[in-house]
Amino acid sequence: MRKQRLKENGMKAVFMASALASILAVLLICLFLFANGIPAMSKIGIFKFLLGSEWSPTDTPPVFGILPMIIGSIYVTAGAILIGVPIGIFAAVFMAKVCPEPLYKILKPAVDLLAGIPSVVYGFFGLVTIVPLVRAFFGGNGSSILTASILLGLMILPTIIGITESAIRAVPGELYDGAVALGASHERAVFSVLLPAAKSGVLAAIVLGIGRAIGETMAVIMVAGNQARMPEGIFKGVRTLTANIVLEMGYATDLHREALIATGVVLFVFILLINLLFSALRKDGAR
Amino acid sequence: MRGRAFSIILRTVTWLAAILTFGALFFLIAHILINGIPYIRPSLFALEYNTDNVSLFPALVTTVFMVACSLAIAVPLGLFTAIYLVEYARRGNIIVKLVRVTAETLSGIPSIVYGLFGLLFFVTALNWGFSLLSGTFTLAIMILPLIMRTAEESLKAVPDAYLEGAFGLGAGRLCTVFKIVLPAAAPGILAGVILASGRIVGETAALIYTAGTVAQIPENPLASGRTLAVHMYALSGEGLYTGQAYATAVVLLVLVVGINALSATVAKKFARR
Repeated sequence: MRKQRLKENGMKAVFMASALASILAVLLICLFLFANGIPAMSKIGIFKFLLGSEWSPTDTPPVFGILPMIIGSIYVTAGAILIGVPIGIFAAVFMAKVCPEPLYKILKPAVDLLAGIPSVVYGFFGLVTIVPLVRAFFGGNGSSILTASILLGLMILPTIIGITESAIRAVPGELYDGAVALGASHERAVFSVLLPAAKSGVLAAIVLGIGRAIGETMAVIMVAGNQARMPEGIFKGVRTLTANIVLEMGYATDLHREALIATGVVLFVFILLINLLFSALRKDGAR
Repeated sequence: MRGRAFSIILRTVTWLAAILTFGALFFLIAHILINGIPYIRPSLFALEYNTDNVSLFPALVTTVFMVACSLAIAVPLGLFTAIYLVEYARRGNIIVKLVRVTAETLSGIPSIVYGLFGLLFFVTALNWGFSLLSGTFTLAIMILPLIMRTAEESLKAVPDAYLEGAFGLGAGRLCTVFKIVLPAAAPGILAGVILASGRIVGETAALIYTAGTVAQIPENPLASGRTLAVHMYALSGEGLYTGQAYATAVVLLVLVVGINALSATVAKKFARR
């Protein structure tokens, strides 16, 4: 009997230790990023770092301003949202309310597949198809804000579709029936009644899409051109925060390396803010 | 009449959005398959990588190793955490709240930030260097929230009557969890685990600066090695091996489709019961 008790308590301790491990992981991530990134920011000067519009890490003396990359990330993300959100919402309506049952059985796994395709494959696809198209239609070398936005817009589609679809399905059926009983057409009922009722879910989908787009790395590197200067237009190349880290981490040393880690810290803070917004929206939706 | 136009326009736009979405997916897959399949030759699966054969076999071996080891770390941790949350912790317990917040934070972190952390902690602080070990641990942390969440959902879905029955027969909590709850929740947990292996297969940014990019089969866990996704990134960056990059994309697509199908089949089994 005592042995039994010992085993029970022992395993309970193991389960609890596992739960603590994930907390430890987050603490370690924060600790190591901030401890390596913050000193660099203060060495460079926090305003010079965040608002400096020149990034020349190999000049003497080196200049570390990441404003071009911050703006680059914002442009590319905004572009992805402009392209991905409208298409995603309409496609979600299609999945939830229009699509015939047999077709749904094919399309649902297709959305999952869209989410499962590795970002290098997306990047490569963008490189061999979207880049030449943009080059042919808009000139330049084809690697641009527009190219990255189109590709990211495609990549966030499964996120937008998935969350929006379940938000629409979660709206009580009486709302739809009521609207139709009052003489609304199917479309009127869906777009004027169901979609507004699913608003907080749709917003949550957009916020999560923003998080995806801003954090995407490999696909963007392959199609965005990566010039570390202030963006000059949507047909010109751009470098994002994520790209900055991957492109230069391989050979960076000393302050340059620390400045890249600080770039990671800025990205991390962006994501934490987006996460906060997301959980606030979800709570709002649950109420 | 205006209402009629409204309906027609919206219906058209909805169909267009769907056609655009699934058309893009179809085009992507068709494009990769058409350009990649001709390059799938036996030499691509040679044991040793060299610049003549550009073999993807070493990368395939590394990928399988990476999936197995990351799962070996993350599945027990994630599963035990879920068991603690669902079966042991009291409601409103501070640990439960903290775990929820951390899981949400972890799942939002971009993979490049995981990569940076892996570089700072496993590669540099623990001095493991660019190695399979560093990559494995980085990926294990990355997939932890996914495993935790799916395991938690499947455990919660087990009817309370099962537990009450077991307790009524005099079974202890531990015995109930392992003999009654876990078997009932197994398919859901498994579906989550399979999805997590899909994320590992597709991961690049978290691996470049943790596991490195050596193109050979790693000889020991402290050696560097590249997974298929990293291999593909390296090939497309070099610009000389576009055909082989297509072929690698085909292999990656096949893996992802297989993984998704397997996960869906397992999950369906769970739903039917």
